[in-house]
Amino acid sequence: MNVDLSVEIGSLGLKNPIIAASGCFGYGVEYADVVDLSSLGAIVTKGLFLAEREGHPAPRIVETPAGMVNAIGLQGIGARRFADEKLPELRARGATVIVNVCGTTIDEYAEVSRILSDADGVAAIELNISCPNIKEGGIQFGCSLAGTYDVVSAVRKVTDLPVIPKLTPNVTDVASFARAAEEAGADAVSLVNTFLAMVIDVESRRPKISNVMGGLSGPAIRPIAVRMIYECRQLIKIPILGMGGIADARDVVEFIIAGANAVQVGTANFVDPFIWSKLAAGLGDYMARHSVARVGDLVGTVRTTAADKEWIGS
Amino acid sequence: MASGIVDIAAAVITNQRLSEDYNVVALAAPKIAARVAPGQFVMIKAGAGCDPLLRRPFSVFELLRSRQGDATGLSILSKRIGPSTRALFEAAPGDTIACLGPLGRPFTLVEPPAEAWMVAGGVGLAPFATLAELLRARGVACTLFYGARRAAELFYLDLFRRLGVELVLTTEDGTAGERGRVVAPLDRALSQRSSSARVMVYACGPEGMLSATARVAAKHDRPCQVSVERIMGCGLGGCYSCVVPMRNGHGGFHHVRSCISGPVLAADQIVWDS
Repeated sequence: MNVDLSVEIGSLGLKNPIIAASGCFGYGVEYADVVDLSSLGAIVTKGLFLAEREGHPAPRIVETPAGMVNAIGLQGIGARRFADEKLPELRARGATVIVNVCGTTIDEYAEVSRILSDADGVAAIELNISCPNIKEGGIQFGCSLAGTYDVVSAVRKVTDLPVIPKLTPNVTDVASFARAAEEAGADAVSLVNTFLAMVIDVESRRPKISNVMGGLSGPAIRPIAVRMIYECRQLIKIPILGMGGIADARDVVEFIIAGANAVQVGTANFVDPFIWSKLAAGLGDYMARHSVARVGDLVGTVRTTAADKEWIGS
Repeated sequence: MASGIVDIAAAVITNQRLSEDYNVVALAAPKIAARVAPGQFVMIKAGAGCDPLLRRPFSVFELLRSRQGDATGLSILSKRIGPSTRALFEAAPGDTIACLGPLGRPFTLVEPPAEAWMVAGGVGLAPFATLAELLRARGVACTLFYGARRAAELFYLDLFRRLGVELVLTTEDGTAGERGRVVAPLDRALSQRSSSARVMVYACGPEGMLSATARVAAKHDRPCQVSVERIMGCGLGGCYSCVVPMRNGHGGFHHVRSCISGPVLAADQIVWDS
């Protein structure tokens, strides 16, 4: 059967639900000679502040069982340079670009969002309120319900583009944050960012990365991410961009069944930069095999019984 | 696509153990071997699955060619340290290893009468087999300053001798060549060399050896290219893990990604102290 991989995230139409995650795909242009950028559902850029940032010193990553811990520190070229130097090539390559917007204050989130909304070739805004690796921004908003609400509503006022806050899993109840975002006017939510983590070299007794702590990603976090997406799906109506350790097409399907309308892939792209077409093809195969015509027909279709739900709700 | 970067499930042709820790794995990877330049690297995933999860960067060591001279594969010089290099040490002929490349910026070559002085420590020998071969074919006089812990860890000396490369060897225990670190004879040789002679210094090895080589090259006012090694996530510029602080021209530094701006970098532009 013919399957339709296209999805809609608010007013944003994507040709398929497979998206490159922020911080894992540079600005996209780095991969232009390896991957047909227009074949991805979308790419999410590295985080953008107003100003350029150098980030943390190396070592910035350490591998862990089935995962990795990173603290890059949001090195980046800033919103204006991105618009001037990277967007034209992304546009020429036909990429669907979601910008990842960072800020140390609500005003900065709004200003960066305004600059990038005015630039030609931005399809949506992902709000980074969840980076665990810098002290002065992001997570301070993402770990407070009021902060989440305030950032989303401030950005909502300055742009007509879809606004998609990216939520941290480092809270007690991520679904309540998803609801705060929805109430503030978010068009969708991305979840989850990385889990705050730490690795120590026992010989030297030194942390393995320069920032001491960092964010855990990769297959190690996948079941927790699936659970959080499932929880959010029960509570909110807006689309979810689900992520956390997706490494193959089976994982894509699992996230969609749990409640994601589209998925983002990060760490697995480091292992296999040619993964994108494999994920899309594998999703198509699954849908054909299960007679699912559209991706939307699969979203949130996990088969839980009334008794299951009563237990979860308790 | 245009870049020519490919991912090959490369068959292991041979796995030669050089010592208790060092080995050379030959891989059938003609598409990479046909394009790779000295100093470039490949990202290797030794074993499927999640442990280890990420690939590891390796300089291309030898190029393998058919009798007709066509590129058929490449080899990797490895030292057993962690899970990936352990898997490479255990690799058997017929195993397949995912091999992504060629990646990174290669060495900038010189022409006669310029001389090439290569400085290698441990597995830092790897990029110099292909560099020496290419430079010797151009008629460039080559010297290899090569240091290891002990005589048994100085490998492939015959390969460099056959190419006509002059060897200056050091071992930390004095079992071969001069006792001590490789930068000492480099420093003396640079002192003795006429300043009118053009010398390009190429270095690959441990960070301490690289920074010492950079200092010595700067002291003698010689250009120096170093191949750096950083913990690397992707090899393609996506993850920003492998950064090196480089002078920005305003008294500060800028973090460059060694996977795409390097691994070969100008030694005098690196901020070695941070």
